[in-house]
Amino acid sequence: MKFGFSLNTSRTIDLDKLDKKKQESFTDDIPTFKRCFACGGCAATCSAQQHTDFNVLKCNLLFRRGEFETLEKELEKCMLCGKCTLVCPRNVNTRAMIIKMRRTLNTKTNL
Amino acid sequence: MNLDMYNPFVIPFAFGVVILFVNLAIAFVSWLYRLDKVQRRQIGKNIISFKTLAAIWEAIRECLFHRNIFKTNPILGYMHFSLAFGWLMLIVIGKVEAVAYEGQYFTNPWLAIFFRFFEDGRDYPYKEVLTFVMDFLLCFVLSGLLLAFIKRMYSKLLGMRKTTKHTPSDRVALISLWCIFPLRLLAESSTAAIEHNGGFLTQSLGNLLAFLPVEKFVTPLWWAYSIALCLFFVFMPFTRYMHIFTEVLLIFLRKWGVIESQKHTGYTDIEINSCSRCGICIDVCQLNTAAKINDVQSVYFIRDVRDLSLDRHIANNCLLCNRCVQACPVGIETTMIRQIYRYKQGNEDIPFYEYINTSKYTEGKNSAPILYFAGCMTHITPGIIDSMKNIFDKADDKYIFIDEDKNICCGRPLRQQGFLEQAEVLKEKLTSIIKDSGAEVLVTSCPICYNSFANEYNLDIKVLHHTQYIKELIDKGKLNLSKQDVKLVYHDPCEISRGNNIYEEPRIIINSIGNLHSTKNEKDDTLCCGGSLANIELNTEQAALITSQTLDVLTKPNPDFIITSCPLCKKTFTKNCSNNKILDISEIVSRNI
Ligand code: SF4
Ligand code: SF4
Ligand code: SF4
Ligand code: SF4
Repeated sequence: MKFGFSLNTSRTIDLDKLDKKKQESFTDDIPTFKRCFACGGCAATCSAQQHTDFNVLKCNLLFRRGEFETLEKELEKCMLCGKCTLVCPRNVNTRAMIIKMRRTLNTKTNL
Repeated sequence: MNLDMYNPFVIPFAFGVVILFVNLAIAFVSWLYRLDKVQRRQIGKNIISFKTLAAIWEAIRECLFHRNIFKTNPILGYMHFSLAFGWLMLIVIGKVEAVAYEGQYFTNPWLAIFFRFFEDGRDYPYKEVLTFVMDFLLCFVLSGLLLAFIKRMYSKLLGMRKTTKHTPSDRVALISLWCIFPLRLLAESSTAAIEHNGGFLTQSLGNLLAFLPVEKFVTPLWWAYSIALCLFFVFMPFTRYMHIFTEVLLIFLRKWGVIESQKHTGYTDIEINSCSRCGICIDVCQLNTAAKINDVQSVYFIRDVRDLSLDRHIANNCLLCNRCVQACPVGIETTMIRQIYRYKQGNEDIPFYEYINTSKYTEGKNSAPILYFAGCMTHITPGIIDSMKNIFDKADDKYIFIDEDKNICCGRPLRQQGFLEQAEVLKEKLTSIIKDSGAEVLVTSCPICYNSFANEYNLDIKVLHHTQYIKELIDKGKLNLSKQDVKLVYHDPCEISRGNNIYEEPRIIINSIGNLHSTKNEKDDTLCCGGSLANIELNTEQAALITSQTLDVLTKPNPDFIITSCPLCKKTFTKNCSNNKILDISEIVSRNI
């Protein structure tokens, strides 16, 4: 019988082992990052979300948890169109957040 | 050539000149060598044409007379004019004088520069006139120098809020430049005190100096003059004074049709080195006038690029509104250079946007001559979409609404942030969707998309912003607008106004609906709405300051409605304006048909 549910594969994120430097330098750059109250407005309006399961909220979460590899793959999907920033009720600079995440994670950044 | 006309003090000068020209040659050759293919092709195509004559004329007008600076700030214009034109004339007339004196064309190369020292009092043709002219020119240059000094000390007196800071090499060049002409005056005057060969200025000053032991310091003064020239020439290629030569090259290249490419080329370096640091770009920038951020403007950005000390916050803190580009007397495409530097901040080379399925867009839709692409921003201002649908229906134009349920970005926001490869992927996807549709006209509601389609895509169909499209409908008599007694003002969005010169269409439309009133900053002087996608550094409060500055100008005539033709401007204004007076042009048209 299929219930439409399955068990998640177990995984652990050890927050103590995280290298927090990336998050810290990032939060200095985009202080509004901390204001998000997870309403999902950004995700609902997102252009990329209409094509794929991309989700701005999730990027935020992945970043906090330090799951950078998954995050990098996610960030590629954003088209930087800016709709999310305009609809955010908390004035989170979501677009800047995504660009800076991309640049923070990208080892080739040279400026 | 008469080698008796020699004194060891000419050595520093000669050394400086040689070093200067070697440096210039190296710089010019390396820049030209690093032009890209398109840019070279442009030069090849246009070098033998009337464009070259036009370039010569423009070089004279801009580099010697500084007409553009004159237009913005007459005092500043006079300052640049007197220094550039005056100095050149000192050299040219000096040469004429030397030729007249020697009676042959070939004279010692330094004779024109140190003429008074070598002249032995004998008569030569036009002696009086030439002496007078040389003194007059020296006066002229000194007056410009005085203004330059005042500008540096009290920049406000010359109508400038703030002038720029200097690097050490700038300072050496500046101080030596400032010394050159006063030293020349003193050297010539002391010679005149002994030889009585000066003009109205140098002789009068010489007479005043005559009571001093002039013989003792006349040669040291000529030495000092020569050393000042030498220092200036040696340091010049590494300072902003390089613009004196580079600007000429830039004018020629631009007349031949070379433009900034999306990646760093020799042309980028030529533009960077053409900035005279006049500072005109500071006072037009809203980041300065509204948000009080005054260390990121083009002049500082270019300075930091030159000094290899660019901070990424400075590269990113710009609205790309092009107000400074419009105002720049040299016409440097600083916004394009910012994008180049954003690109340099690192790019990933992985496949992007594979999730976009291009066949989905036109599937199941009947073909139609018009393609409507609303654009991302229009999707968050649904009023504009509804109005456009209404307009299409009323005009009885068949259209395909291409991004009705699956949005795709035109790629310009990516491009602005320097993600060029990614933007290219979106461009290819959209191009194939547009081609598949078989339509003849593409109508878009967003100025950002319009700018993309018109300038970045090589589409073989007509691209129209909805202001242009509506204007065409009115011309064809397809829309019957009723004129009301309402007071309207129009806000020109950056991307279609300064970006694409669409000024008249919206005004014609608005005038057929109500009474259009003009505002202080309109057409190419338009302000930014503050919502620019190009700036990721601004925080909400700073952006709001820009918006309210712009809204202040727009509400001044006390209009019934503020009309714009950009969904982003509309959204930004509405967020910051309490009363519901902001409308897109399509909305007011839709209400009146
Ligand atoms: S819209 Fe703003 S507050 Fe809501 S989830 Fe997105 S970022 Fe957070
Ligand atoms: S900027 Fe990116 S995350 Fe935001 S709406 Fe556009 S595609 Fe989605
Ligand atoms: S960028 Fe243009 S306006 Fe600004 S300082 Fe340079 S030359 Fe002047
Ligand atoms: S483009 Fe606009 S925001 Fe950027 S420096 Fe120029 S005037 Fe300022």
